[in-house]
Amino acid sequence: MMESDVTQAEIEALSRRLRLDATASGYFLNPDEQFTSDLIRGLIVNQRRYGYPSCPCRLASGASAADRDIVCPCDYRDPDLGEHGACYCALYVSQAAFKGEKRIGSVPERRPASGRREAGEKDPSGLQAPLPYPVWRCRVCGYLCAREEPPEICPICKVKKDRFERFL
Amino acid sequence: MQLHRVEGSDCGSLRLYTLSTCIWCKKTKALLQEMNVSYDYVEVDLLEGEERESALEDLKRFNPGCSFPSLVVNNSKCIVGYDENKIREALKG
Repeated sequence: MMESDVTQAEIEALSRRLRLDATASGYFLNPDEQFTSDLIRGLIVNQRRYGYPSCPCRLASGASAADRDIVCPCDYRDPDLGEHGACYCALYVSQAAFKGEKRIGSVPERRPASGRREAGEKDPSGLQAPLPYPVWRCRVCGYLCAREEPPEICPICKVKKDRFERFL
Repeated sequence: MQLHRVEGSDCGSLRLYTLSTCIWCKKTKALLQEMNVSYDYVEVDLLEGEERESALEDLKRFNPGCSFPSLVVNNSKCIVGYDENKIREALKG
């Protein structure tokens, strides 16, 4: 359970997988290898501690439904990449930051404070006519699909079904 | 609450709220170490139950979002996140 129990081999294995997934879907991991492996160690610690790899730079509650938005990749990654060139912990960076054209600094927290999180949930409404299928939105990358159920795995960013919300 | 003390020169009361897994918290500790100031820190993710709640209640007074790292200076000012300039500025003289 201790951080020191995480082996270099585990870090490298996860690092390789995340890098492959990122490259395949147009994302970039932070090119600073020491920085990235420290973060990946934190993800592995959280995976063991909570059963899911929540953001190493955020406090997880330990209740999976309440922490779902901060499971890496978090719901806030893409807007932070756009605005700051890096996600909150800076595991993921924008292309410009990857190429060294943009400096990566500390990113302000955009996740609503605990009391306001649920109030921020969007209501699926707006269209008058009934749709032939419900529309599901991936909270991580914004992918939309019209089908009875969300896919098991997001075809764009590869997160699991539980990261989808009803959009329409 | 489990406070860890790091000795250095006295720059007033400094309390750092951190997560043991957070890289920006590590950077903040390294900066304070480099500046050779004494400070207390608490690893909030390693606390459980009431102890965690009470640490978060304390932190909320200074940083309602309870994000990490949070550096509380002299029980009044709070520097949120790893902000080297702000930290150096706050601890000047």
